[in-house]
Amino acid sequence: MIPSAFEYHRPADVASAVKLLAELGDDARVLAGGHSLIPMMKLRMAELEHLVDLQAVAELKAISVEDGTVSLGAMVTQHDLIDSEELFRAAPILRETALQIADPQVRYMGTIGGNVANGDPGNDMPGLMQCLGATYVLEGPEGRREVAARDFYEAAYMTDRADDEILVQVRFAATTGGYAYEKQKRKIGDYATAAAAVLIEAEGGTVTRASIAMTNVSDTPVWSEAAADALTGTTCDDAALQAAVDAMLADIDPQEDNRGPIEFKRHLAGVILQRAIARAFQRA
Amino acid sequence: MSKMHIKMTVNGQKKELLSEPRQLLIHVLREELGLTGPHIGCETSHCGACTVEMNGKSVKSCTVFAAQADGAEVTTIEGLGNPDGLHVLQEMFKEHHGLQCGFCTPGMITRAHRLLQENPNPTEEEVRFGMAGNLCRCTGYQNIVKAILAAAAEMNSAKEAAQ
Amino acid sequence: MKDFDDREERVGKLKGLGCARKRVEDARFTQGKGNYVDDVKLPGMLFGDFVRSPYAHARIKSIDATAALELPGVIAVLTAEDLKPLNLHWMPTLAGDKQMVLADGKVLFQGQEVAFVVAEDRYIAADAIELVEVDYEDLPVIVDPFEALTTDVVLREDLDTSEPGAHGPRKHHNHIFLWEEGDKTATEQAIESSEVVAEEMVYYHRTHPCPLETCGCVASMDKVNGKLTLWGTFQAPHVVRTVASLLSGIAEHDIRVISPDIGGGFGNKVGVYPGYVCAIVASIVTGKPVKWIEDRMDNLMATAFARDYWMKGRISATKEGKITGLHCHVTADHGAFDACADPTKFPAGFFHICTGSYDIPVAYVGVDGVYTNKAPGGVAYRCSFRVTEAAYFIERMIEVLAIELNMDAAELRRINFIRADQFPYHSALGWEYDSGDYHTAWDKALAAVDYEGLRKEQAERVEAFKRGETRTLLGIGLTHFTEIVGAGPVKNCDILGMGMFDSCEIRIHPTGSATARLGTISQGQGHATTFGQILASEIGISSDNITIEEGDTDTAPYGLGTYGSRSTPVAGAAAAMAGRKIRAKAQMIAAYLLEVHDGDLEWDIDRFVVKGAPDRFKTMTEIAYAAYNQAIPGLEPGLEAVSYYDPPNMTYPFGAYICVMEIDVDTGEHKIRQFYALDDCGTRINPMVIEGQVHGGLTEALAIAMGQEIAYDDLGNCKTGTLMDFFLPTAVETPHYTTDHTETPSPHHPIGAKGVGESPNVGGVPAFSNAVHDAFRAFGLRQSHMPHDHWRVWKIAHDLGLHG
Ligand SMILES: Cc1cc2nc3c(=O)[nH]c(=O)nc-3n(C[C@H](O)[C@H](O)[C@H](O)COP(=O)(O)OP(=O)(O)OC[C@H]3O[C@@H](n4cnc5c(N)ncnc54)[C@H](O)[C@@H]3O)c2cc1C
Ligand code: FES
Ligand code: FES
Repeated sequence: MIPSAFEYHRPADVASAVKLLAELGDDARVLAGGHSLIPMMKLRMAELEHLVDLQAVAELKAISVEDGTVSLGAMVTQHDLIDSEELFRAAPILRETALQIADPQVRYMGTIGGNVANGDPGNDMPGLMQCLGATYVLEGPEGRREVAARDFYEAAYMTDRADDEILVQVRFAATTGGYAYEKQKRKIGDYATAAAAVLIEAEGGTVTRASIAMTNVSDTPVWSEAAADALTGTTCDDAALQAAVDAMLADIDPQEDNRGPIEFKRHLAGVILQRAIARAFQRA
Repeated sequence: MSKMHIKMTVNGQKKELLSEPRQLLIHVLREELGLTGPHIGCETSHCGACTVEMNGKSVKSCTVFAAQADGAEVTTIEGLGNPDGLHVLQEMFKEHHGLQCGFCTPGMITRAHRLLQENPNPTEEEVRFGMAGNLCRCTGYQNIVKAILAAAAEMNSAKEAAQ
Repeated sequence: MKDFDDREERVGKLKGLGCARKRVEDARFTQGKGNYVDDVKLPGMLFGDFVRSPYAHARIKSIDATAALELPGVIAVLTAEDLKPLNLHWMPTLAGDKQMVLADGKVLFQGQEVAFVVAEDRYIAADAIELVEVDYEDLPVIVDPFEALTTDVVLREDLDTSEPGAHGPRKHHNHIFLWEEGDKTATEQAIESSEVVAEEMVYYHRTHPCPLETCGCVASMDKVNGKLTLWGTFQAPHVVRTVASLLSGIAEHDIRVISPDIGGGFGNKVGVYPGYVCAIVASIVTGKPVKWIEDRMDNLMATAFARDYWMKGRISATKEGKITGLHCHVTADHGAFDACADPTKFPAGFFHICTGSYDIPVAYVGVDGVYTNKAPGGVAYRCSFRVTEAAYFIERMIEVLAIELNMDAAELRRINFIRADQFPYHSALGWEYDSGDYHTAWDKALAAVDYEGLRKEQAERVEAFKRGETRTLLGIGLTHFTEIVGAGPVKNCDILGMGMFDSCEIRIHPTGSATARLGTISQGQGHATTFGQILASEIGISSDNITIEEGDTDTAPYGLGTYGSRSTPVAGAAAAMAGRKIRAKAQMIAAYLLEVHDGDLEWDIDRFVVKGAPDRFKTMTEIAYAAYNQAIPGLEPGLEAVSYYDPPNMTYPFGAYICVMEIDVDTGEHKIRQFYALDDCGTRINPMVIEGQVHGGLTEALAIAMGQEIAYDDLGNCKTGTLMDFFLPTAVETPHYTTDHTETPSPHHPIGAKGVGESPNVGGVPAFSNAVHDAFRAFGLRQSHMPHDHWRVWKIAHDLGLHG
């Protein structure tokens, strides 16, 4: 498993990186932690002429929580997400999710930017970001723009990002209330058979706000407003849970693979979602 | 494609070499620098046999390009012990039969070394979770976990004694 | 008592049999100083790699290597056409079939070797592979062994169906052999006239040994002196040397085969692979050393798989549960070539150990071997030849019979165990079990886990489940297995005509240390440690002063290698016997030195002592020195011995395993709450090493039972070619094991040892699988095929209507 040859670039700031991408065009790709891209290159499912490595771009490594807004530079690693107490206080679901991704070595290298930009339906962060209502900041030759995570994903490996744009930052509001990231996988190091991200705010036992998204049950993450609506105003009783699950099931479209046939995945998606909701509600 | 000049500090020694950017760090270490401790088991970043430490992180060197490692500090199993003898982890793996064929062992110990730096007092469950990026086909992990817990205890009591 | 203290101290210093000696191998391995095949680096070494077939069945219309050869750094591209003049385009398999080295006109499985690219390094080789253009015309693909036996599609056009194969007549163009054992008519009669009959199809799916190190070799042909040196991941280096000589025409004494450290084998490294042949040819052609190392996908897709047995069973009993007969027919999917690594006369290995631990009066097995468009293999993945299939089969049939009888499965086993007083026991399928005490082991195991308490808890759980209070079920997986290892008596076991003896050669040095060489090769079993212990006890020299060497055919005596748990039963016995020869001569030397008759001496730990005069003795150190510096009348100088050991029988280790498993009915996930493993491997050489072998074997069993498989789609594409999909458990999925033992020595082995490396795999798989089945027994489950991964377990629950 040997990748094909490429030229390597290591710009020191975002502007130079964008410039490189614009100059090199189609033949160039951003390299972050490399833990999605390099395996693809080794299998020669991706053959690229140029890699633009972002490791030296210091500004992309920043983590900040200010005025209730969490900002993560694209090069913040999954290990950083787990390690940061500040982030744990602002949005504990981040750590819960990151801990369920791959293994320690992969988490040291894998970045939030790479995870959300990759467009692989198996990645966990895109679903989480949709659940959080995150905004992605992209920088291209024309400057910066913002896209909602909920609008970013078009199909497997197809996103709203243009080839010459770099995803520089992920931003979302700090969370309050209950949360859960529930994931079933075959083993450590596997992607989700199904996973659900749930945020619930409640008052006096009644749900006041909810947000629900799922991972790897369609060719993009699935954020279901209807599922969240089904919970709002309820005590999260069985009927409400069922309604939320039904709403989500209407939106998902899992495919058969080694993790199981469609029938199983649909059933499992419901089970995982129920459990996530129950746990989030309990914490709310 | 052209080769690039790469500088690394490996096990405390400065190294310079000419490499294709695509060369994988594991091959740089094994083929260019003769450090054959880290092994290749899967090539898809699942098995951890190739684990080394890079800039204070445990990484799977089969999934790092030479070019990315330019300027990095790398420690391999060869850099863990000292001339006087084995590192405590190496001792404990031996003592508790934490290895059989030995193929996973360098990656295991290198990973365990970092784990214990980040969590000097792990529970059995934390050791299992922290070692989950390293596969072993021979031992069933039980004695590896035992060895790491024993090493942690040993290192802690050595630290206390020093204080 | 001073005398006694001294003896204890001397025994301690010996570090012999029974002590948990720390492994001598480990200092090297823990420092990264192992020497595995990919660590071998020779000046000017080239790297070879394969162009492999993307198709499972296709005709090759053309191969164009022009572009590849133009790439700087590419030295050669070999195809079948280049090998034909040397008659090396096909090679014999261990099973009496032949196999393509490089695709000759067509390909028969995905990943098959089509061309061998030789380049200056592995990067250039990888680039060149992309440039070799192969024009394929696809053919209908047969992946189902039952379909293979009825279809018109001919897989092996090189064979003539009217001619018998290596194991007798072939009844169809995709049929390989029918092998039978036992009395078919009597068995059928017994079953038909029985009160209770249970019938079931038990499938043991295709999987792969997947050692952490893949297969590989370095071939170096020295044209000046005509010698070929071959380093490689060989579980049987001497056999490789013989095969290499027969194939290449190079005289056997001009070939040196070296197995350096091996990163696990588990059966995967027994056979001879096209990579070895191509590396040798390439080295001969280029005059340079050539390395070939598989990557993980090559390993999983092309080198030897294991299992893939469809076992149709019928078992009968009286109403009280006494078994009256066992009938089994196997459809064995061997893939594209019959490359099973079995002793020649046993095309289904020792599958006829499938009467297990039970006293079954009459039995029959028939095995049909079948060709399909899958990778060849059929190796013993951490088990003796087809023994894990046999154990799985009988342990499932017992469970199914228990259901049929509405009886507790532990009790059913107890009723049918071979009793201790029946050994040596002759099984209905022709084996002579050497020793055993199954009832004692079983009772100990059941007591250790509080079996009755568990059953009570399980019943309560079922009630709670029915009341809707829980969604998890409890499974209690029972197994009592009997293995057959230590192949084997030369009279009926050979590989490519070579009798399955093994060997040991010992040299005692003048200062009282020793070097011993054996025909086996360790792949993590710790031979350097345990063989030293056997010898220490035999010759009275501390194991710390004995060097064990294996794996170099230039120095080691001929042996059949390490697999099928044969090292301890066979090579371990050879070591003991060679040690005894040393001791016999040492006794004569001591007698001379002490001026007494041989018969006046007795052996005492590390010395010969004059009977009745405890202060008159000669230690082995003194004796060794005398052997080299004194002229002893009537004795040759020196102290050396060689033993080639042909075991009189196999050994029959056994064990009782119990797995307690929680199953989530809604997700199909499981959690192993407890695993208790009692092993009886006869005399225990090193308890620490035994325990380590058990942990490792159980973890492989866990993988096989709960998720690991080599799966194909209808087009013969392998769906499980990387470790993403091929399940190897991490420390998180692996439970904590409790080990225990009883000790029933083998009566015919010099030290009573039976071998243990493979028991946990043989016993573990049915224990895990039975736990899954048992959890659903109350809801009517009889049989569900492995692997029991999440969706398949979910499916069981779904089909039983447990999802509402
Ligand atoms: C064994 C294994 C198991 C894994 N399991 C999981 C899992 O369970 N869940 C999960 O979510 N992930 C999993 N991953 C993937 C891992 O989390 C990756 O690290 C992550 O998906 C990508 O991050 P990266 O920084 O490594 O990105 P890279 O691999 O460097 O890049 C991925 C893609 O995103 C692009 N990209 C990266 N950064 C940017 C940027 N800033 N702007 C624009 N484009 C960019 C790249 O060009 C590339 O196309 C696993 C990986 C491995 C090896
Ligand atoms: S070889 Fe790098 S993780 Fe397996
Ligand atoms: S000791 Fe063999 S793989 Fe771990």
